[in-house]
Amino acid sequence: MLDNLEEIEYNGLLNKIKEVRVDGYVIMQICATKIDESYEVLYSFGKDYDVRHVKITIEPGTHIPSITDIFPAAYLYENEMHDLFGIEIDGINHDYKGGLYRTAVETPFA
Amino acid sequence: MASKRSVIPFGPQHPVLPEPIHIDLITEDEKVVEAVPSIGFVHRGLEHLVTKKDFGEMVYVAERICGICSFGHGYGYVNAVEHIMGIEPTQRAKYIRTLLFELSRMHSHILWLGLMADAFGFESLFMETWKHRERVLDMLEWATGGRVIFSIMRLGGLRKDVPDEILKSFLPELDKIEEGIRACEKAFLSDPAVLSRLKGVGYLSKEDAISLGCEGPFLRASGVARDNRMRGYAAYKDVDFDIITSDDGDSYGRCYVRIQEIYQSASIIRQCIEKIPDEGIYVPIKGFPNGEYMTVIEQPRGGACYYVHASGKKFIERMRVRTPTFANIPALAKTLQGCDVADVPILVVTIDPCISCTER
Repeated sequence: MLDNLEEIEYNGLLNKIKEVRVDGYVIMQICATKIDESYEVLYSFGKDYDVRHVKITIEPGTHIPSITDIFPAAYLYENEMHDLFGIEIDGINHDYKGGLYRTAVETPFA
Repeated sequence: MASKRSVIPFGPQHPVLPEPIHIDLITEDEKVVEAVPSIGFVHRGLEHLVTKKDFGEMVYVAERICGICSFGHGYGYVNAVEHIMGIEPTQRAKYIRTLLFELSRMHSHILWLGLMADAFGFESLFMETWKHRERVLDMLEWATGGRVIFSIMRLGGLRKDVPDEILKSFLPELDKIEEGIRACEKAFLSDPAVLSRLKGVGYLSKEDAISLGCEGPFLRASGVARDNRMRGYAAYKDVDFDIITSDDGDSYGRCYVRIQEIYQSASIIRQCIEKIPDEGIYVPIKGFPNGEYMTVIEQPRGGACYYVHASGKKFIERMRVRTPTFANIPALAKTLQGCDVADVPILVVTIDPCISCTER
């Protein structure tokens, strides 16, 4: 039901994100969803009023590459995803190393 | 000889900040060469509550994300769930939603004008602008019964109708607000002392605004004509309005865009009152949502994304709110590079930061 959605394998993520960048889109949001024991990671991009999504599904403990070399402004979304869901992301340009959210309750929540 | 670099912590407690955000300012003498923002002081885990609250009750949690744009948060969540469930609200409900949305925008922008005046030390201008904000809050109270949290939104429409007599009573109030804001506008956009704090301060180019994912008046003040209301949700496709932009790209441009958007909101509200049909306000809903959808709306501070992932149960799997302030933080960090330390508070205020939205 999500329009313009492409579901891909996580090892093809960077190539797909580069393609999105070449098509002129910019980052809108990244979020993770815990489904049973897996995590879905949804990347959303916008160009004017057009929205495009890329989704990967990963198992706990999987390391995924950062997209901040392609979209530098994605660092907050990636740090947030790491802090709240415990998803390991390699190569973030501004890596807060778990310190973006200073919650009294220990993260990740999900 | 190279200047010595120092790190100046800005926030989380600062006189211009109603809410906590922290920025490490790396400075050389009086110039900021880099700014590293950090958040997370008041994270409440409201998104996570979606797994513990009935999907209908979650409307009220969504509204409580923020006290300024609470209506928009309720709307964003409701719109996404309605889309998943294939519910089409009545036209009257859509018009009332649009009208309340625009009252919230007026409230937010006038509040921002006051905070801006306070930030550059113009106390009487701060009080004058907030006087007009009271009128907007009164109108919201007449329509919904609440001044901060309205609880009028529900899946399928609205919890209560707004009678035509109340809607008509808004017209003279809008005239008075516009008259008051026109008087304040002279100070914000023409006063030499104010201009010295706004003109040329915190420039953000059009290219940077786009590539850094900037949103709302912050984006439009850099000359980018993008306003998510043009997507035509609620009753926006039935009203006439143009996208307000500025080519200044600085704090003055951001001030100009927000002031013009106050008048624009008044115009949209008048059109809604004129065109609103007389019919029901609620469509019954059946079953549970099953599917995923992301809706994008224009909150007062900019575009906001509401992603809902449901699997046919009472509890939704995931609600994600990407708020405009969250999207504007990388652009704020860019804007702070090269500015004077004395201008940092003004620049932080020019993005109209809402930390409770950002933290959720």
